[in-house]
Amino acid sequence: MPRIVFDQVSKSYGAVEVLPPFDLSLDDGEFTVLVGPSGCGKSTTLRMLAGLETVTSGEIYFDDAPISKLDPKERDLAMVFQDYALYPHMNIAKNMSFALRLARVPKAEIETKVQRVAEMLNIAHLLDRKPAELSGGQRQRVAMGRALVRDAGTFLFDEPLSNLDAKLRGKMRAELAEMRDTIDKNMVYVTHDQVEAMTLGDRIVVMSDGLIQQQGSPEELFKSPVNTFVAGFIGAPTMNFVDGELVEEKGTLWARGDGFALPLPEEAGARLATAQDRHVTIGLRPSSFTTDLTRGAPIELKVVVSEYLGAQSVLVTRCGGAEILVETQSAAPVRAGTEQAFGVLTDEIMIFDKTSGLRL
Amino acid sequence: MQIANANRLTPYLFLAPAALVMTVALLYPIGYMIYASFLDWNPSQRIGEAEFVGLRNYINLLSDAAFLESFFVTLKFAAVVVSIEMVLGVGLALLLDRNIRGMSVLRTLFILPMMIAPIVVGLMWRYMYHPSVGIFNRTLKSLGFEPIPWLSDGSWAFASVVIADIWQWTPFIFILSLAALQSLPQSAMEAARIDGATGWRQIVYIKLPLMMPVLIVTLLLRLIDAFKVLEVILVLTNGGPGLSTEILSLRISRTASEFRELGEAAAMSNYLLILLVILTFAMFAYNKAVEARTARLRKAAQEGS
Repeated sequence: MPRIVFDQVSKSYGAVEVLPPFDLSLDDGEFTVLVGPSGCGKSTTLRMLAGLETVTSGEIYFDDAPISKLDPKERDLAMVFQDYALYPHMNIAKNMSFALRLARVPKAEIETKVQRVAEMLNIAHLLDRKPAELSGGQRQRVAMGRALVRDAGTFLFDEPLSNLDAKLRGKMRAELAEMRDTIDKNMVYVTHDQVEAMTLGDRIVVMSDGLIQQQGSPEELFKSPVNTFVAGFIGAPTMNFVDGELVEEKGTLWARGDGFALPLPEEAGARLATAQDRHVTIGLRPSSFTTDLTRGAPIELKVVVSEYLGAQSVLVTRCGGAEILVETQSAAPVRAGTEQAFGVLTDEIMIFDKTSGLRL
Repeated sequence: MQIANANRLTPYLFLAPAALVMTVALLYPIGYMIYASFLDWNPSQRIGEAEFVGLRNYINLLSDAAFLESFFVTLKFAAVVVSIEMVLGVGLALLLDRNIRGMSVLRTLFILPMMIAPIVVGLMWRYMYHPSVGIFNRTLKSLGFEPIPWLSDGSWAFASVVIADIWQWTPFIFILSLAALQSLPQSAMEAARIDGATGWRQIVYIKLPLMMPVLIVTLLLRLIDAFKVLEVILVLTNGGPGLSTEILSLRISRTASEFRELGEAAAMSNYLLILLVILTFAMFAYNKAVEARTARLRKAAQEGS
C-alpha cells in the first residue's frame, strides 16, 4: 500500500492540454475520491495512475519510486471499470482468476482465493456462469471480485456504479462503504456524483476544467469550500448564489442584496472589512434556512413551488430577482404562493469574490 | 374479410418479381443441370434426344481416376490456401491494429489485390512466373541462382497457383479480422493489461477467443470460395502440367468442352455443389448456434436480475 504522489504531472493530446501540471499526494490506506463534472480530467488522472494513458510530463511516485514508465501490471494495482470490462468468453471463476493464472499462482491457492472473495460478495453460486448470463448488479460484483482477488496494493474505481439503476446504486454504495472499512488498501475512486464522493471518500479531490479546485475531507469541502465551483458542486440541493454588496452600518458588516439584508457574524465581519470590492456573491445553503425565526436573521421569501421529498421539502422561492432553494421539514408545511418569513443562520453565510469566485 | 385477405397477400405480391427472376436465373439452370446429370448427353444432341442413364454418371465418376485426382487437388488446394491465408490475414490484422501515422494508407494498400479481376491477377502472375523474362527468374539469375520451373514442374506449379491465390485473398481475411479486432470491447483489453496480459498472452487469451465467431465465418466463406476457384489457375497453368493443378471447376469445363460429356460434367458439378451446400449449411448452423446461445444467455441474465 504505497503512498502515491503526483509530481507536476500533466497530460496533453497533441497540442491540446487537457491536464495542466498538477501535484497531488494520496496517503497510505486512504480512500480518495476524484469528483467533478464530465470532461474535468478525473478519469484521465486515474488512467494515468493505472498506466492506461501515458504521462506527458512530470512523474508519479509510489513510495518514492517513479512508476510512470512502468507497465500497468508492474504497478501492483487492480481496477474496476465503468462497464465492468468482464471477459465475455470466460466464466465468472475464470474472469476472477485471470490475473492469478497469468501470474502462475498454484491452482489450489487460486481456488481458495476465488472462493473466499466470491462468498464475501455473494456470487459463489454464479462461478460457472458467463458474464452475459448475469444481471447488471451481479456483473458489478464480479468486477469488484476480480479486483479483490488480486490482493493488489491499490484499487482503482472508474465510475463503477454509474451503469446501475438508482436503487441498486444506493445498495452497492453502502456495500462499498463497508468494504472500505474492512479492507486496508489504497483506493482511488472516480465519480461525477457528489453523493458518492461524500459518502465514500476519506479525502475528496474536486476537479474542474483539468484543475484541482480543492481537496479535503467531506466535511471540510462542505463547510469551507474555497470557491463558488466547489460550494456549488458539493451538497444537495445545491447552494444558492445571490449578487449583493457588503455594507458597514453601526459597527456591523451586512450582506445586502435585492430584497434582503443579513448581518454577518463579528469574526467574518473582521475578515471581510478589508475586502477591496464591495460587490460580492453571497452563498446560502438551502439547509441554512430555518422556520424558527428566533434562531436567525429574518428574510422574507415568496414561495413559488414546494417540492415534497418525504421528511424534507425543498421550497423554490423568490427574493427580489433571484431564485432561492430552501430546505424545510415537511412537518411544518408551507403553502406555495405565499410570502413567508425565514431565519438565516448567519454563521453559515459564505461570501465569494464576484469575478474570481474565490471565497473571501 | 376480403381486405384482410388482400393485406395478407400484399407481401407475396411484392416478392413475386424477385421470385420470378430467381426461378428463371437460378432454379431453372440448377434443375436443368441436375436433370442433365442423369443423361448420356453429347453436345451435338438436343437434350430430348439424350439417353437417360440414371445414376451411371455418378457411379462412373467414383471410379474415374482423373476425377478423383482433380477432386483431391481441389481439396488440397483449398486446405493449403485457406490455412495459410488465415494465418497471414489474422497475423497482419493483429500487427496493423494500431494507430500509427500512415496506417490507413497501408491498410488500403493491403486490400488492393482483392479488388483486381481474377483474370488480370492470373495474367500478371503468369508474366512474373515466365521462365526467362519473368521477374522471379531474372532476379534469381542476377543473384546467381538456378531459375525455377514455376509453371512447368508439377510441384512448383501447385505452389505457384497457391502463392497467387494467397496474394489475392489474404486481404479478404485481413479486413474481416481487422474489423473484428476493432469492434472488440476496449475496456476488456484494458482490464487484461492491468491483469498482466500483454502482447502474446493478450492475443491468445483475449483477442483470438473474442474474434473466433468472425474468424469461423470468414474461414467458411473463404473455403466455399476456394472450392470454386477457376480463373487464376485457368490462366496460369490451365490445370497442368499433367493434372497437378487441375481443380474441379477446370475438370468440369474440360469434360464439357473437350471430352463432350455434358452429362458427366453435370454430375461433377453436382458433386461440387453438394460439397458447397454442406459448407454453407455448416456456416448457417454455426450462426444459428451462436444466436441461440446469445438468446439463452440473455434470458438467463433477465431471470437472474
